[in-house]
Amino acid sequence: MIIVETITKRYGDIVAVDSLSFTVQPGVITGFLGPNGAGKSTTMRMIMGLDSATSGHATINGKSLADHRAPLHEVGALLEARAIHPDRSAFDHLSAMAATNGIPTQRVHEVLDQVGLASVAKKRTGAFSLGMGQRLGIAGALLGDPNIIILDEPVNGLDPEGIVWIRTLLKDLADQGRTVFVSSHLISEMGLMAEHLIVIGKGRLIADTTVAELRRMDGDNSVEVDTPNPQALTQVLLEDGVSIDTIGEPYVLRVRGLLAAEIGDRALAAGIPVHSLIPRESSLEQAFMKLTRDAIEYQPVAV
Amino acid sequence: MPSYTEEIAVPVSARDISPATVANKRLDPRTLGVTFPRVVHSEWVKFSSLRSNWMTLLLTAVGILVFGAIYSAVYTPEDDYDLFSNPITVPLTGYVLAQIIIGIVGVLAFSSEFVNGMIRSTFAAVPKRLPVLGAKALVLAVTTAAITVPTMIGTFFIGQALIGGDNASLTDHGVLRVVLGSAGYLTSVALLGLGLGAVVRQAASAIGIIVVLLFLAPQLAGFLLPASIQDSLLKYLPSNAGEAFTTVNPGATLLSPLMGAVVLTGWVVVTLGFAAFLLKRRDA
Repeated sequence: MIIVETITKRYGDIVAVDSLSFTVQPGVITGFLGPNGAGKSTTMRMIMGLDSATSGHATINGKSLADHRAPLHEVGALLEARAIHPDRSAFDHLSAMAATNGIPTQRVHEVLDQVGLASVAKKRTGAFSLGMGQRLGIAGALLGDPNIIILDEPVNGLDPEGIVWIRTLLKDLADQGRTVFVSSHLISEMGLMAEHLIVIGKGRLIADTTVAELRRMDGDNSVEVDTPNPQALTQVLLEDGVSIDTIGEPYVLRVRGLLAAEIGDRALAAGIPVHSLIPRESSLEQAFMKLTRDAIEYQPVAV
Repeated sequence: MPSYTEEIAVPVSARDISPATVANKRLDPRTLGVTFPRVVHSEWVKFSSLRSNWMTLLLTAVGILVFGAIYSAVYTPEDDYDLFSNPITVPLTGYVLAQIIIGIVGVLAFSSEFVNGMIRSTFAAVPKRLPVLGAKALVLAVTTAAITVPTMIGTFFIGQALIGGDNASLTDHGVLRVVLGSAGYLTSVALLGLGLGAVVRQAASAIGIIVVLLFLAPQLAGFLLPASIQDSLLKYLPSNAGEAFTTVNPGATLLSPLMGAVVLTGWVVVTLGFAAFLLKRRDA
């Protein structure tokens, strides 16, 4: 479990992270979401003890990372792709990391297998593609068999196959009861991967919610109805709390305030033909943008 | 391997653990943990896995030998000011050129991690940080000494053979000190570079400082300072402190061999100490 308590990071006058508090629970994938520059990476570095917090603190399984005997067994992190010496091989890179915590060499071979880099393990990493660099970073995060995995923008640079692979991998890890904390600026990716969401903007917590809740949060759900008799249908449907617009094609109505099933039932009862009924849930993107836009408007400009 | 077992019970949620994944195999946490020898092992893997380190050290050794041989071959006793000193130090002069290369090896051992971001992986694995500095220093010092000591001894003998005549011997007064001192000086320069690399974090700046400190400072001070202050200050510069124990008979402008060694060690300790202070304090 990761607990972040009123953590703040200032760089001179700029507040990068502003008394942020949240908890990352084991057993689910928690997405860490926010526009670029929201303070996600800074927060992750503070959790890892790499950057010091101006105030507040973060704990990993109840302690700061430096107080754990075997840090790589507590938390594995991928904070930057390609944070590797380009002249060193993947095997040597991981071996050096493993040695610090007394992790056996056999484990290095295992994680290289697991991320699909076994065949290029002895090649210099400078020749790796961005995606291979990401895979090596993920191998490094898995090296100590940690119960907490922190990944900063792990899908960056991965091809579609790689993205599916990492999604599956992270779901497996969460299903094993591990804490998985993944940042992204792409809500669409998080919608497919994460169950829980921590949303920040300008260093502040905007939402601590689930993907399902976020989908519901935006009230702009509507149903598109294609009917040859829009006037009659409008009469049947119109009541308090229902609004109906004609959109696009002359016979397509957008109905707000009623479920698709209710519309279908009433049309049937009135004998009005309906050719299609399409529920339009507002997309996660829209909900996310609305959320961050609203929150950012309340933000004072950094003094 | 006894330290490695499958399916060690680890508290996980009540969900099933999918049996197919490799991640299922659990490391035995009792065998894991950061210790100083383990960090040294890690730093050794890092240092020794870069071919450039070996190439550079090899070139340095060859350079010292070749330059020593050249100096010795063209040496004539008429050039002499000090008959007891020069036949010994002439073959070893190559170390003056070697120190800049050795200094760069030291700088890169730390600064490269800051430049490519590896330092974050390193400090995530060893969050107390200071063992990393200690381990890097140990690996660098031992490796540099392991290469420069035999190089200096070899160069001495080759040089003496080329000079001919009344050969100096390793057992002569001060000779062993000079030969080993040259290796010790180069090792100190490597550590100075390591500390500067950690302080400055950028290779180019750190190398610049090394060049100024070892080569330019003695010259510049000669231009800029009044003679009275020069005499009392210049001998404390690292290069001159080194010269105090890498010459057989250090003159009045230099410290005694022992004091020279103490002062140079002081430079190294202060630089590494400052590096330690900053490593603890600064964001990685």
